Amino acid sequence: MEQIKHHLTDSLLMGYASGNLPEAFSLVVATHISLCDECRARLASFDAVGGALIDEDDTVEMTENALNATLELIARASSAPKPSTPTKGAVLPSPLQGYVGGDLDSVRWRNLGGGVKHAVLKTSSQATVRLLQIPAGAAMPDHGHNGTELTLVLKGAFQDEDGRFGRGDIEIANEDLHHTPIAEEGDVCICLAATDAPLRFRRLIPRIAQPFIGI
Amino acid sequence: MLKDTAVREVDAKNKPSPYGGGHESTTTQPRGSASPMTKVQDHDWPALVRRIHMDRDRKAFAQIFSHFAPRVKSFLMRGGSGETLAEECTQEVMATLWQKAHLFDPSRASVSTWIFTIARNKKIDALRKQKRPEPEDLPWGPEAEPDQADVLVMQQETTRLAQAVAELPEKQRLLIEQAYFGDLSHSEIAEETGLPLGTIKSRIRLALERLRHAMK
Repeated sequence: MEQIKHHLTDSLLMGYASGNLPEAFSLVVATHISLCDECRARLASFDAVGGALIDEDDTVEMTENALNATLELIARASSAPKPSTPTKGAVLPSPLQGYVGGDLDSVRWRNLGGGVKHAVLKTSSQATVRLLQIPAGAAMPDHGHNGTELTLVLKGAFQDEDGRFGRGDIEIANEDLHHTPIAEEGDVCICLAATDAPLRFRRLIPRIAQPFIGI
Repeated sequence: MLKDTAVREVDAKNKPSPYGGGHESTTTQPRGSASPMTKVQDHDWPALVRRIHMDRDRKAFAQIFSHFAPRVKSFLMRGGSGETLAEECTQEVMATLWQKAHLFDPSRASVSTWIFTIARNKKIDALRKQKRPEPEDLPWGPEAEPDQADVLVMQQETTRLAQAVAELPEKQRLLIEQAYFGDLSHSEIAEETGLPLGTIKSRIRLALERLRHAMK
């Protein structure tokens, strides 16, 4: 396990446990939890709240033949579902590999200028998520400060006003936060970034250009 | 926190396990006597899931079904499903429980929690028509089977949590129910939920550490 210092918030964990996050955010949460046992345990405790609620006496009767119908369903099903393949040594944890179609070498990067690359991953439309690759020492491109923005480091590290973010660390930003993340020297920085403000994506500008434009 | 493997092996042989001896001041029931079991016996759900896994036991499945299926159906209908779809989805949820019985780890979750997660995923899939990215699995092989004492503690923690949730102030409780049964967006959920999750989280954390240790 990595030494993770920046974790998920309770509202994101409860949103994920109750199934209320947009798919793009769920992907970031699932990826962080794949790397972080502390948040895995916190999530399990939020799941337990759901378990407690569902175990109360609120019931709706099943149809008369329901048990037999279910047993038939079981008999008809093929083999047992397999657990997701562990991704030891891989850069991308398994939930992310499901979207990329493999590890880092399967990512179809697109250039954004200044050595920065990105790859948008296909999810439902309420929020967007993509992989970002920033050269060592370069500034992160602005990916929208309307709404909530999640940035999870997968490789390398970046630094900003809130500290250092390495593999597994997640930065959670909203409208109020004005930060200038800069990739650490020495290694390219690869992040998974999601935002629920999709319109800003089209106007993606590397942060280097921003002093001339203003925020 | 982590005991080394040798110590844990000795623990496993000297059942009833010495886990929890003394340092758990909140536990009122005496360990090692029969009393903790009497309360659980009516609803020893983990044992029933284990029978489904080991023996493909239909009677065990029928017991779980009669308790949980009407609850899952209610959950899906409160989430906006019509009765026909809820019935169909509930049958699929219960079939998934049978198929995934070998993946259930009773030292990390109660059966009701596990069923909740299956039902929730079904709701996202069938009602919302969305994909649900799930974290990487941490499977436990036969070598790393959970200690019965841990399983019992997890059951007790779940009961305690259910009591705490039931005793929440009405306003807070309604908000929690709305989040879990309806659709409250994460930005409508407070940063501090006020839920008493510290103890159960620590227990699960410990179970994860043991699992990681066993996987090495």
